[in-house]
Amino acid sequence: MLAALIVPVLARFRHELGYIIALAGVGLSSVASIWALAYVLDNGTMRYNLGGWAPPIGIEYVVDLIAAFVAVIVTSVASLVIIGTRRWADREAGDRLGSFYSLVMLLITGLVGMIVTGDLFNLFVFLEISSLAGYALIFLGGGRAMLAGFRYLILGSVGGSLYMLGVGFLYFSTGTLNMGETKEILTDEATARSVQAGAAFIFVGLGLKMALVPMHLWLPDAYTFAPSSVNTLIAPIMTKVGAYAMIRMFLSVFPDGYLKDIVPIADALLVLGLTGIIVGSVAAMSQKDIRRMLAYSSISQLAVIAVGLGLGTPLGLVAALLHIMNHAVMKSALFMAIASVRFTSGITQVADFAGTGRRMPFTMGAFTLGALAMVGIPPASGFFSKWYAVQAGIESNQWVVVFVVLASSLLTAVYLFRILESAYLHPLKPEPSHGDQHASGFGKTDLDMPAEVQIREAPLDMTIPTVLLGLATVVLGVFNAVIVINILEPGIV
Amino acid sequence: MIDEIAARFPYWASGLLIAIGLYGMIGKRSLVKKLIGMNIFQSAIILFFIAGSLRHGATLPILLRKDGHIIEPIAPELYVNPLPHVLMLTAIVVSVAITGVALAFLVRIYREYEDLDEESLLKKVRQ
Amino acid sequence: MTETTSSIMPLIAVLLPVGAALLVLLTGERYRNVRDSWSTIAAVVMVAVIASMLPDVLDGRVPQTTIIEMSPGIDIMLRADAAGMIFGLLASSLWVLASVYAVGYMRVEHEQRQTRFFVAYALSLGAAAGVAFSANLLTFVLFYELLTLVTFPLVTHRETASAIIAGRKYLAYTLFGGLMLIGGTAWVHMLGIDGTFVAGGLMADQNISKSTAWGLLTVLMVGVGVKSAVMPLHGWLPSAMVAPTPVSALLHAVAVVKAGVFGVVRMLMFVFGAELLREMNAWQFIAVLAAVTLITGSMLALRHDNLKRRLAYSTISHLSYIVLGVALLGPIALTGALLHIIGHGVTKITLFFVAGAINSHTHKENVSELDGIGRQMPITMGAFTLAALSMVGIPPFVLFTSKFYLGWGAAQVDQQVFMLVYLFSGVLAAGYLFPVIYRAFGKQSPDHPSYSEADLRMVGPLAITGLLALFLGIAPNLPFGFFDLAAEVARTSFGDGIPMTKGTE
Repeated sequence: MLAALIVPVLARFRHELGYIIALAGVGLSSVASIWALAYVLDNGTMRYNLGGWAPPIGIEYVVDLIAAFVAVIVTSVASLVIIGTRRWADREAGDRLGSFYSLVMLLITGLVGMIVTGDLFNLFVFLEISSLAGYALIFLGGGRAMLAGFRYLILGSVGGSLYMLGVGFLYFSTGTLNMGETKEILTDEATARSVQAGAAFIFVGLGLKMALVPMHLWLPDAYTFAPSSVNTLIAPIMTKVGAYAMIRMFLSVFPDGYLKDIVPIADALLVLGLTGIIVGSVAAMSQKDIRRMLAYSSISQLAVIAVGLGLGTPLGLVAALLHIMNHAVMKSALFMAIASVRFTSGITQVADFAGTGRRMPFTMGAFTLGALAMVGIPPASGFFSKWYAVQAGIESNQWVVVFVVLASSLLTAVYLFRILESAYLHPLKPEPSHGDQHASGFGKTDLDMPAEVQIREAPLDMTIPTVLLGLATVVLGVFNAVIVINILEPGIV
Repeated sequence: MIDEIAARFPYWASGLLIAIGLYGMIGKRSLVKKLIGMNIFQSAIILFFIAGSLRHGATLPILLRKDGHIIEPIAPELYVNPLPHVLMLTAIVVSVAITGVALAFLVRIYREYEDLDEESLLKKVRQ
Repeated sequence: MTETTSSIMPLIAVLLPVGAALLVLLTGERYRNVRDSWSTIAAVVMVAVIASMLPDVLDGRVPQTTIIEMSPGIDIMLRADAAGMIFGLLASSLWVLASVYAVGYMRVEHEQRQTRFFVAYALSLGAAAGVAFSANLLTFVLFYELLTLVTFPLVTHRETASAIIAGRKYLAYTLFGGLMLIGGTAWVHMLGIDGTFVAGGLMADQNISKSTAWGLLTVLMVGVGVKSAVMPLHGWLPSAMVAPTPVSALLHAVAVVKAGVFGVVRMLMFVFGAELLREMNAWQFIAVLAAVTLITGSMLALRHDNLKRRLAYSTISHLSYIVLGVALLGPIALTGALLHIIGHGVTKITLFFVAGAINSHTHKENVSELDGIGRQMPITMGAFTLAALSMVGIPPFVLFTSKFYLGWGAAQVDQQVFMLVYLFSGVLAAGYLFPVIYRAFGKQSPDHPSYSEADLRMVGPLAITGLLALFLGIAPNLPFGFFDLAAEVARTSFGDGIPMTKGTE
């Protein structure tokens, strides 16, 4: 049954057909994860022993509610994004389209693998698989993206290695790599120094992957200069999976309360998360390039997940998990929307968004929905993760959390409404002042060409996924209680 | 102190190598040197794993035979832990892959800008 | 006793404007006559729907709709209780007139992007109805935030630099208020208290500590205080006057700000309850703040030559009438406060209608330019005079009735000093409104071209609201039993034994 989740693995060997295979692969994998989720809901956790070896010796794949939930999010968002960015991929990857899609498949394989694995070292392998694919995809951007990709590579590898080091410490203390067994052994035998050191290394390693402040420096450049087809894909899901791995550590590797009471990792997450919310939002405010702005906003939103996790209470975990979903959907809607805008007009600067609201009503409508969800206006989805985070903060008497999470809404409003204002309220400019001429193909020589021609709705296969993602923010918000009650709350017990 | 270091020499060595690797990645401006730093860093961790699997007086994890018969009972204390070796094989593969990709990056960057110094590269890229 | 009955009516009332907005959007600019009639039709139907619930509500059967579970254990629930009915009826019936007026105004002014305008206008009404019928804190927060959101494009409608700045200011203030509410709501739920509104206070018997109660009160009151423009949270309201006049009239005299004061009623009477507030000694604090706003608002109104700004400060002052009336924690004062919501809505919308009619017709916006205008636009200025008299509190106008109850209520709880505040503010109102009438009728126009009346679609509604201000003063129970509703709220909030002298049965 789990084989279906590994469809992407198979697909990557046959990259000649590129788009079709990729889409079929991710689509199948998405269907499989939805099916897995339904199965887990009915029958409880699913286990699969890779290669037929029984755990703890063999590698075990475990799909519990949470894993299925995150897998559904990742694969569904990825499918929509792959459909939506096909034209970008055609434009950007050129004759390397085949290798482009095989990299995409590799990336998603790695991510899905990280989600379903029940083995600490296997997690590392998948982490590196997805990261490698990620580096290469970013690198496709050329120019500054190459430098950004290289920096990401160095930092990402350090993160991966540190995680491995941490796993090493754990292994030598427990003698097992299986997550469930590690938890059992650690519960009995509490507080060896080496285990604590291992926890700390794992924390730093995964922190780098999820761009926790101050380990976020690789992210803005990587997202800004990556090709549009790539950043729309990695921005919503890649860091999420890092966050998910962190949640896994809390839930299935370390005993309950271990990371809170014995090693103060929860507190570290809390403090860094709170700092990250503020730092990310403030940095986002001053950005002129919209992709860079959204990149900083990602840092701030990931920090919300870290805060939820850092609170360590069930409600906090609900907030963190819900925010993984919400942020994946909101961010993909936002990135898709700006990719569509850039596709037809080459606009990347906030100031040039003037008039896009009228020229591209559907795309910017989706952008607006995504933005409102980010700000946290009910009933859009972003509101509810913040709502649970605030409740969790009150519950554990962490008033700073309450304050910062609420303040982050205001800060988010500041930088996102800048764009909405520009898009809807400013008159059309005659010519994008310093847009991405390279991508649009319109040079300054086209001054006599009216701006209307440049800013227009993107092709349907871009717009429809964008709008779907935008609407999803609201739908998921309205039905969040269904998700929370049926999936998340039973999942974290 | 010295006894302590000597007794756990492999650990201290890998710690030292990690430090050197980190310095290489952070302190050096050349991208190639950064990459080398990263490699040292990863090797250090591999060393750490291998060192952890050692046991004094133990031998290779191959079933010992005497006169064509496996020695019974199989005594785990006779063998070094094989699992870390297997893991590190994987880790080495991963690390080689990363190095390969990184070197490919560097070749591309060098072809485009004829430069691998981070700061001057940044200046060129911004133009 | 009140009981709740399951009914879909409240939901329909909320969804009607949303449906209208959709129709407006789909119809678009090309068939603008069809488009513009949607709002009016929806408004009339909405009044009918809400009014159809009236007999039940007056009999103590409260219609209620549960929509969906929003957060574990917390439903999105609509309930048309007496207090909600007051606000819902007021907003929807004034929407009928305002939608006619808005069409006239927008056509005459040749405003841009009228489709967006009418969409947002209708949605605001939906959100306001949602606020009115919210049955619990989370639902209230939901609609309160939505109201902020859909009014934003209205404030910035003109797309000028000043409109955008005003929009930002508006957003900053109201989002801040919304966040406070969210925080407060989460807090209430984390105390293990169900957030469903209960007349007499949902926290009444919950044994929460005094400091917690104070913290909650601060947070929640700041939340609703922003929209009800209690100083020092009033800064957005005068700036928001850059919006087209129909917006100022319906939203910044009725829907939005009344959502704020309605929130105050909800928080003080239905969340905390009079008992708890007396115990906490919190009411004096709110009352003093409201009294200061009341006087300062009137004073500032005196200073402004721009008619709309003058009216805005007058609104600030009158909103605090209501807040003060609620904070006095007496049944009579509460009745007065609720009546004042209605009376002020009717009166202030007239004044804004007049300001808009004059402005669109003659392009004059300052009081000092209005010399002799009463002779040129007699119906318009006649309505203005009626409304002004009501504002000052001359009997038998509607605001006399409400002020009478407010003053009586202050006396009932032995706070005669606030009675004086009310009286003094009435004098100030005369100070800032009568000069307008004097200029309009008493002075000669400096320029000769004589104006005629404005567009009929503007004059009609303003004449009707002007007459309503008189009519409701004489018969506060017609046509919708406003007085009975207010008395019902007061009765349920304070228990029985209230000395009601008229209007009941």
